[in-house]
Amino acid sequence: MKAYLAFADGTLLEGISFGAEGRSAGEVVFNTGMTGYQEVLTDPSYAGQIVTLTYPLIGNYGVNVDDIESRRVQVAGFVVHELSPTFSNWRASESLDAFLKRHNIVGITGIDTRELTRRLRHHGVMMGALSTNETPEELFERLRAHTSAYDDVDWVRRVTTPEAYVWGPEKRDAKYRIALLDCGVKYNILRELADRGARTTVFPATATAQEILADDPDGVFLSPGPGDPNLLGYAVDTVKQVVGSGKPVMGICLGNQLLGCAFGGTTFKLPFGHRGANHPVKDLTSGRVVITSQNHGYAIDGDSIGDPNVEVTQINLNDGTVEGLRHRELPVFSIQYHPEASPGPTDSRFFFEQFLKVIEERKR
Amino acid sequence: MVIGSGPIVIGQAAEFDYAGAQACRALREEGVSVVLVNSNPATIMTDVEMADRVYIEPLTPAFLTKIIAREKPDGLLPTLGGQTGLNLATELATRGILDDYNVKLLGTPLRAITRAEDRQRFRKLMRQIGEPVPESWIVEKDGELVELSRQSGLPWPLIVRPAYTLGGSGGGVAHTPEELIEIGQRGMRLSPRHQVMVERCLVGWKEIEYEVMRDANDTCITICNMENLDPMGVHTGDSIVVAPSQTLSDKEYQMLRSASLKIIRSLGIEGGCNVQLALDPKSFGYYVIEVNPRVSRSSALASKATGYPIARVASQIAIGLHLDEIPNRVTGKTLACFEPALDYCVVKIPRWPFDKFTSADRRITTQMKATGEVMALDRSFESALMKAVRSLEVGANSLRYKGASQWSDMEIESLLTTPTDERLFAIAEAFRRGLMIEEVAGLSGYDPWFLHKIRGIVQMEKRLRDHAADLNRDEAAGLLTEAKGLGFTDRTIAELTGRTERDIRALRTSLGITATYKIVDTCAAEFEATTPYYYSCYDREDER
Amino acid sequence: MNENKKKIIVLGSGPIRIGQGIEFDYGCVHCVWALREAGYETILINNNPETVSTDFDTSDRLYFEPLTLEDVLNVLEREAPYEGVIVQFGGQTAINLARPLAEAGVRILGSSADSIDLAEDREQFEALLRRLDIPKPAGRAVTSPEAAVQVAHEIGYPCLVRPSYVLGGRAMEIVQSDEELTAYMRYAVDVSPKAPILIDRYVVGKEVEVDCISDGVECLLPGIMEHIERAGVHSGDSMAVYPPQSIAPVTIGKMVDYATRLAREMHVVGVMNIQFVCEGDEPYIIEVNPRASRTVPYLSKITGVPMVQIATRCLLGESIASQGYKPGLWPDQPNPAVKAPVFSFQKLAGVDIPLGPEMKSTGEILGQDVDYPRALYKALLAAGIDIPLKGTLLATLADADKSEALPILREFAALGYRILATSGTCRFLRAAGLDAEPVNKIREGAPNLIDVLRSGRVDLLINTISKDRHIEREGAEIRRASVEQNIPCLTSLDTARALALALEARKNGDPFDVRTVDEYLKK
Repeated sequence: MKAYLAFADGTLLEGISFGAEGRSAGEVVFNTGMTGYQEVLTDPSYAGQIVTLTYPLIGNYGVNVDDIESRRVQVAGFVVHELSPTFSNWRASESLDAFLKRHNIVGITGIDTRELTRRLRHHGVMMGALSTNETPEELFERLRAHTSAYDDVDWVRRVTTPEAYVWGPEKRDAKYRIALLDCGVKYNILRELADRGARTTVFPATATAQEILADDPDGVFLSPGPGDPNLLGYAVDTVKQVVGSGKPVMGICLGNQLLGCAFGGTTFKLPFGHRGANHPVKDLTSGRVVITSQNHGYAIDGDSIGDPNVEVTQINLNDGTVEGLRHRELPVFSIQYHPEASPGPTDSRFFFEQFLKVIEERKR
Repeated sequence: MVIGSGPIVIGQAAEFDYAGAQACRALREEGVSVVLVNSNPATIMTDVEMADRVYIEPLTPAFLTKIIAREKPDGLLPTLGGQTGLNLATELATRGILDDYNVKLLGTPLRAITRAEDRQRFRKLMRQIGEPVPESWIVEKDGELVELSRQSGLPWPLIVRPAYTLGGSGGGVAHTPEELIEIGQRGMRLSPRHQVMVERCLVGWKEIEYEVMRDANDTCITICNMENLDPMGVHTGDSIVVAPSQTLSDKEYQMLRSASLKIIRSLGIEGGCNVQLALDPKSFGYYVIEVNPRVSRSSALASKATGYPIARVASQIAIGLHLDEIPNRVTGKTLACFEPALDYCVVKIPRWPFDKFTSADRRITTQMKATGEVMALDRSFESALMKAVRSLEVGANSLRYKGASQWSDMEIESLLTTPTDERLFAIAEAFRRGLMIEEVAGLSGYDPWFLHKIRGIVQMEKRLRDHAADLNRDEAAGLLTEAKGLGFTDRTIAELTGRTERDIRALRTSLGITATYKIVDTCAAEFEATTPYYYSCYDREDER
Repeated sequence: MNENKKKIIVLGSGPIRIGQGIEFDYGCVHCVWALREAGYETILINNNPETVSTDFDTSDRLYFEPLTLEDVLNVLEREAPYEGVIVQFGGQTAINLARPLAEAGVRILGSSADSIDLAEDREQFEALLRRLDIPKPAGRAVTSPEAAVQVAHEIGYPCLVRPSYVLGGRAMEIVQSDEELTAYMRYAVDVSPKAPILIDRYVVGKEVEVDCISDGVECLLPGIMEHIERAGVHSGDSMAVYPPQSIAPVTIGKMVDYATRLAREMHVVGVMNIQFVCEGDEPYIIEVNPRASRTVPYLSKITGVPMVQIATRCLLGESIASQGYKPGLWPDQPNPAVKAPVFSFQKLAGVDIPLGPEMKSTGEILGQDVDYPRALYKALLAAGIDIPLKGTLLATLADADKSEALPILREFAALGYRILATSGTCRFLRAAGLDAEPVNKIREGAPNLIDVLRSGRVDLLINTISKDRHIEREGAEIRRASVEQNIPCLTSLDTARALALALEARKNGDPFDVRTVDEYLKK
């Protein structure tokens, strides 16, 4: 069946439908990772976005029950060059097509995704709409009428857990107790913490600092998440109070931006974001570079952070944007990329250890 | 001083001219004066324009010593001249000649090279860092063989290979202690040194390679991973290879990538290195097979497959630059410190000399036989494969192979089971005769994903034949577009539909089905490219 | 990129294979460089990932594509308008595309498709040679065994036979008698009116290779290489020396004259390779290829004449003289150079190693020094023939070769070599007064030849090919064993003679010096 993908700039691409039939709209973004589509699809940070992968052959290894990063498929739509009609991997339990159908997500294949990526690179990310049952005219009409631009929506409220829950070892087996502010957490963060003996309580993004600190956790973790941090004043306030409590705090991705804002900084939107598994990040202290997994559309303006005790620890080698912050006195640090990987390189997994080490030191 | 790899022999072809030429250029750009030695004048690296001083002299320690004595170089870059260059450098170092003339070994330290090349030391190191290596034993006496066969907990089945025989012939797979003794004794008789190697049998496992780089500041990156279509048991130089891997999930991809980085770190390599791994197709189990602590044929392939100039960057690392101090020459804006993202599929097929050596044993094993290789890129696997096939110049313009239809079913079965240069064509012929994917997978060990793709090509042959009559109708446009996307040439389409190549070209041009060109830019279009190269496809946008 | 620049497309040479090696990549790269220097925008098409030509900064634009008519035409369509396409540096791969591209209306720069075809069309080419009064070995094409024998009787044995439709010496043989010829016609090849067999008189003589550059009128010959093995060994597998050591000036003069006239008559623009066989003072033409050959990089480096660059300028319409070169034979350089082949037999089970008309080497190297013996030594050493000054030599010789081998073996003995031989050869050598020790043939019981080879005591094997099939079966086993043991095995007495001469150079210590490529060009 035919499907169309329309852009705010008037471009129309025709392809073939897969996954669910229907309509969707969202900000169109590209990811340059060559593996990990299942993780991308279920990453809450992609909420509200139509994701295209630059790698052309997708679905080759199917979908399995393990590699999910949240309880549902989060993307608004999925655009690929060639959906594999078959899949082959020992863990695969179903095809990508069946998976998207089951999760009611519209996909389109047969698209020149490189053309699409080049367009986004030139013009920046933009809104798009995807459909299997509209004429191009109807599709453009719907896109024009689409009331909320991606940047105007508080996506965090839509993806955060409605109620607090616990992940990890039983209380008596837990070496650490972590409170996590869920702006769109990926399961692998919880898995990484649990693997190191941490029991994590996951709080809704709207939880207050009092609620988060009520049970006297060993440390507080600020999760990644979707959307514009400027809409998250409530979370910034919470972070300010949490930081003020003197508890060890680690933030990743959106968590990094929230901390930046809490320290008085501002954020800006990147022209086409950082999404992929090959972003080089330089640690300004060691001079060493790690290859990181990234997924963000906004970044902190490093110069805007007023607090002289906060330093930029890492930068992106491609565009010099802020990739990490640290407070010189408080046990607080953050990184803009994903040490939990999934998908992507696991080179920066040591940050989990670093966080737990800070907790250990505080405990002593 | 840079040492070349000498004459072209099987296993050491033009890739080291490419590496050496890049090294010379990179070093001179950094203000280093280069003395180049190679016995092979049919190379670009031995051009007087490439190095400051060019010697075409025999590559022996004695002659190299004379050159060193004459030129008194400050440093020697050993890792760009293949195994020949590396062995010579090692010998010059161990003989004390480098010390005598105060020549520093650049890049990867000698210690790291020997650690990677010495089997026993390498295995020990791998055990220390917790990376699995397949169990293996060297047996030279009947008694030792019997003793081994009685050991408990052996990882059956075991592969037995006679040492120092051509093509490793005379070995076999042993499933029981009795078979081990029988095959082992036969192997010892066949071996000129009465020696056999017994190893855990990984036949049928996936063979995956990673090209990795490390600088003196311990920054490590992977340039490319590659998946061999031919499972373990075939030399990677004799395997059909695809980049990036196609059947690995992110978990598997990252597991092997992390292992590769851990290995390059533990060895202490400064420059490029190739890591070969075997992956169980049915679990996360894997083994480290081999590490090449130098620029290799695989790195030339990875360079061309990704646009990342491995030899050039390795040379820059060797003179002390860090990866984040080296620009990415393709984008001109970003740095060499990143991992290329591909937005196309790359297929390499070896070029074997069996057209010239008709009497040669065509079986391909762990001993490389190919003299060269071709590479093709496209947006689809099928088309990259088809382009590579017709680049081989073996008379095949597609998977239709002369004589294939005359093969008996028995012959096909044996061609699927025993790897030869004709296996790919036998797979296609098997599908033409209606074999199931599972059957072909069982016989060949190819991953079903690749087989599905190959069967798709074969099915298109039939569809074209079936639609020969109505090819001029509008509905045929879709079929033609699809066929071109799968890499069918006009000539093949013409043959299948009983027309001329010129007819088909005219027909498809009139339908607007023409090749478009895309760029290899190392970054999947994320950044603009300044010195790109092109490959054709039948996609929407043309970037030329 | 300057869009106003004129564009030229260069076709590469595809994968490395026997007969089409790295030399052709060298040619393509230099051609691209010369074009860039001349102010052209260069486009290169190739599919070999191992090479310098497919490095992204070699040409202005690289297309990683198959070298088929369709794939090339697609690129050409995209790159139009362009000046033309260069095929003469990309080996047979690119040359094969000349005709179809020309038919598709593409302009081929330099020698046209017609010139290329002329050299490959036997009848046309022979007619041309007759017209120019240039000799070639007598011969004809036949389509039946009977006709073959008749022709053989006309021209006399030995004859060189080969199918007309294959290139690169495949299925080529030297036959000595009616029986051998008939057997060849019946069993070795498929003969049909569509696929005739060529029979030529086999001229027993020195083979000589000439590469020249033509601007269409004048011809520059940078150098001549004399093969060390006699005619019958494929040029890619022969050792060769520059400048010629035993060719009379009058013969060289004739070759220069023939080459110049041929190039002009064939409208060659660019490079051309000619192979001669010399009988007495007379050079006979055996093959002409109006394209870059394997020897171009060798001659360029030995003589200092940048052949590809000059040829490329000729393709662009410049004359040889306007580039500052005097047509004719370039003066001999002071220091001789020897080219030697390198084989990969260790990797290839089932391939027998004797030298013959079919090419078997995978690569070549060069040895250069102040005199011929030293250059020979360096070449052999670089080719992996590293044998001690005193050692043990095992000789298994065909009866026909025994007399010729005697003086060579004497030289080895004089150097201090212990000579082992099978009973027949041993008796012959002893009768001639040469001290030799007998070794058992394979079927004569242990320790036999193979055991001796495996013992590690033998440094060199000289094995010549017997016409007797029983003896030959054993010969193949012996040669295999030498490959397994990595013992140099020489199957041509010419190579053995050269080796003895090379060892001679080393007799009084280490006389070798090293010099750069530039320094060798000076006295």
